[in-house]
Amino acid sequence: MNLDERLENVSVLGAAGKMGSGIAVLIASEMAKLKIKNPDKLYRLNLIDVNEKVLDGLLAYIKAQITKVAEKSTVFLRSAYADRADLVENREIIDAFVYDAFSLLRPGTDLGAAKNSKVVFEAIIEDENIKAKVLTELNNLCSKDTFFLTNTSSIPIGFLDKRVELSGRLIGYHFYNPPVVQKLVEVITPSTANKELIEFSTELGKRLRKKLVPANDISGFIGNGHFMRDGLHAIGEVEKLKGEHSLPGGIYIMNRVSQDFLIRPMGIFQLIDYVGVDVFQCILNVMRTHLGDESLKSELIDRLVEKKVFGGQRPDGSQKDGFLKYEKNRPVAVYDIEKGEYIAIEENWKENLDSKIGDLPEGFNPWKKLLTDPKKGDKLSSYFENLKKADTLGAELARTYLARSKEIAKELVSSGVAKSEDDVNAVLTNGFYWLYGPINDYI
Amino acid sequence: MKKLRKTVFVIAGYNTVSFGSGRKEFHPKKPRPGLEHYVKEAGKGAIGQVNDVKNIDEGVIGNFMAARFNRQGNLPGFFPMIDESFLYKPATRVEGACASGGLALVFSIKTILADLADTVLSIGVEVQNTVKSIYGADILGGAGHYAGERKQGHAYFFPSKFSDRAGACFEKFGKDKVREAMSLWYVQAIKNARKNPKAQEYHNSIEDLYAAAMTPPNPKVFCEYINVYDCSKVSDGASALIFASEEGLKKLGVSKKDACEVVSFGQSEGDLTSPPPDLTKLDTSQRAVNLAYERAGLSSKDIGVAEVHDCFTISGLLSVEAAGFAEYGEGAEFVKAGKTNPDSEIPTNATGGLVGFGHYTGGTGVRQAVDLLHQLTGKAEDCQVKIDPNRPYGLMISMGGNDKTVAAMILKKAA
Ligand SMILES: NC(=O)c1ccc[n+]([C@@H]2O[C@H](COP(=O)([O-])OP(=O)(O)OC[C@H]3O[C@@H](n4cnc5c(N)ncnc54)[C@H](O)[C@@H]3O)[C@@H](O)[C@H]2O)c1
Repeated sequence: MNLDERLENVSVLGAAGKMGSGIAVLIASEMAKLKIKNPDKLYRLNLIDVNEKVLDGLLAYIKAQITKVAEKSTVFLRSAYADRADLVENREIIDAFVYDAFSLLRPGTDLGAAKNSKVVFEAIIEDENIKAKVLTELNNLCSKDTFFLTNTSSIPIGFLDKRVELSGRLIGYHFYNPPVVQKLVEVITPSTANKELIEFSTELGKRLRKKLVPANDISGFIGNGHFMRDGLHAIGEVEKLKGEHSLPGGIYIMNRVSQDFLIRPMGIFQLIDYVGVDVFQCILNVMRTHLGDESLKSELIDRLVEKKVFGGQRPDGSQKDGFLKYEKNRPVAVYDIEKGEYIAIEENWKENLDSKIGDLPEGFNPWKKLLTDPKKGDKLSSYFENLKKADTLGAELARTYLARSKEIAKELVSSGVAKSEDDVNAVLTNGFYWLYGPINDYI
Repeated sequence: MKKLRKTVFVIAGYNTVSFGSGRKEFHPKKPRPGLEHYVKEAGKGAIGQVNDVKNIDEGVIGNFMAARFNRQGNLPGFFPMIDESFLYKPATRVEGACASGGLALVFSIKTILADLADTVLSIGVEVQNTVKSIYGADILGGAGHYAGERKQGHAYFFPSKFSDRAGACFEKFGKDKVREAMSLWYVQAIKNARKNPKAQEYHNSIEDLYAAAMTPPNPKVFCEYINVYDCSKVSDGASALIFASEEGLKKLGVSKKDACEVVSFGQSEGDLTSPPPDLTKLDTSQRAVNLAYERAGLSSKDIGVAEVHDCFTISGLLSVEAAGFAEYGEGAEFVKAGKTNPDSEIPTNATGGLVGFGHYTGGTGVRQAVDLLHQLTGKAEDCQVKIDPNRPYGLMISMGGNDKTVAAMILKKAA
């Protein structure tokens, strides 16, 4: 079965979730393009989720996203629909494509719909037992040549494959959020993986125009392997800072240092909130269990989750409160776990902490500005040269952070999670939008 | 060719900002002013320069596609909104694609020449940011022949038409030379626009303009021979000015030192239903310019400042030839030698042109006339060029579609 044949019948599990909905858009677009080429063939994309209510919202999301896809590929679509005399203007062509994509969608809650699928994308909740249960059911239901691609963030693939008895038909296909925008897919190939499945996943990546980075089947893989430890480092620094600056003060300081001094797209605590404090905890737990590494734990995170401070996003994409409280997606307060309330980031409080952090080194440019700057390489080098020499608390914390981040990245290579330093850098720059990889000459 | 049977003056020019991407205050998701706002601002901007608006006899408005961009027809009905004194006075809307503004000028001049009015308020407007550019391309595609060429046409219909012209020029005159000239045209446009606070590219901060302009084309998502820097942008805006006879000028209390004289104009129409005879030439534009020269007894040697329709950088080069500044095939060399720069032989598009100032399609012809008026009367502020006293004439070309509807006009400072 080639890629095109496999794409005749596909299912997405957890289709209404953050990852599932994006995967659905990507696959629906490709299937609709195939449908134009082969109008007589039957195409089906089953969108399966236990939560019936959110499936309605899913269709609205898919419509908006497929429209965007069509708007960006109108040059191609005009040639694809060249024989359709009734479609003349771009608007008509775009609408036709959206309609064609929609006609192959089958949303529902019944797992049985996946019966005839040749490819199943699994993007349900990050829970080993639930994932195993659902995959087992599907294994009984689907034909024995169906491929399974899981989006798990941390569960080892070979372990799952064995537990479900998929005999090599499971591969880790780790999209980044949001899958429609993020170019990166981490591909986790367990040693047991079926050869045809490996080829299929490579070809699919090309078709989806994704950047595939291979990772070995070690819990956390590259992305979370780095992110979890990077986050734990910041939490460790907060523990040291809290004596002098209080816990909220420490959180504020590390968030600012990671965002501004390290020129990252967002501060580390904002990122943990974005991912979800509970999700962060869940991934830590999975990694600790599978790696047997007791250091992959944070008391602060556990206490926050206990207090139901979860972070994450609302369905409309707005940020829920976590370490920080948000208004219009900007942090306005910091959580004080002792008092169980948020401390507003007021002018005085902020100024006081900022003066302790000290000025940004000479040559600083915000992340957003450098992102599109063709000379960003040179500008970063000279900025980090100054950071090396700067004698402020902020610069000192930043230097330690850079060194730790580099150490984490190197360990991912030496422990065999990543095949090369370049792969680690590729994941951080693509998947996390860093301007530079953790393995660099800046420290 | 007959000379104009009486003197027609032009006064009281006004341009709004050319609004759209590139302006700092522009945000695609924020609400924006509509047609009414621009018509009113431009109209009031012009009538505010005369003693009494009651002395304006009628209105002409040039617009291309408000019916689709804004779902609005019947534009003459906006005149009484500008000022109540227009209530029950005659008003007309004219359309000729991107030459709609040029046609508004010509229609106003004809009305005065016909002794039907002494003073005419002439406006051009387009508000195009109401739709995404991929849908805007459909709307602007209406300047081509819908039944004959739209279905086979490109997603970005007009850019691809001019991309084809660029491709033809590459082949005939040498790719490197033409490509470099197109890029230099872009550099000139942006540098000029940076001196004009109303230009869409006023805030442009690209460091290496030439390098940006040399970006290789990406035919997968855009055109084969041109890139986005070769294109004028999607713009909202309006321009207005007033035409007046000798008596009209007196009635409005405007002094001749603030006026230009319409020396002549030329109009020419190509066949919408057939492709251009030669892609390396703007033959309809050339015809319109030649008519204007003949009527005035002038030649390209008499022109000291110009406004040409550079909807794309390649149209800039071809217009320089259509205007007679350079021989056929030598426009690229002419531009490369810097002869269209503000301080050189024939300062062209000194306020930015369509590429730099912006291109509110149906209003652009009026905008060009306003800018010529300002140049010739010394009111062009930071964009002011020196005008050689031996060549005191200003030429403008307003072109619609793929060189189909064209109006050219020659002005000089009133004596
Ligand atoms: N969010 C991210 O940034 C991200 C990034 C990479 C990988 N992942 C991984 O992707 C997977 C999904 O994460 P998410 O963030 O999209 O979660 P989510 O909570 O947004 O979505 C999960 C969806 O699965 C549905 N679901 C739960 N149990 C189900 C079942 N038994 N059958 C069918 N549907 C079921 C839920 O109703 C929900 O709609 C997880 O494994 C996660 O670790 C997430």
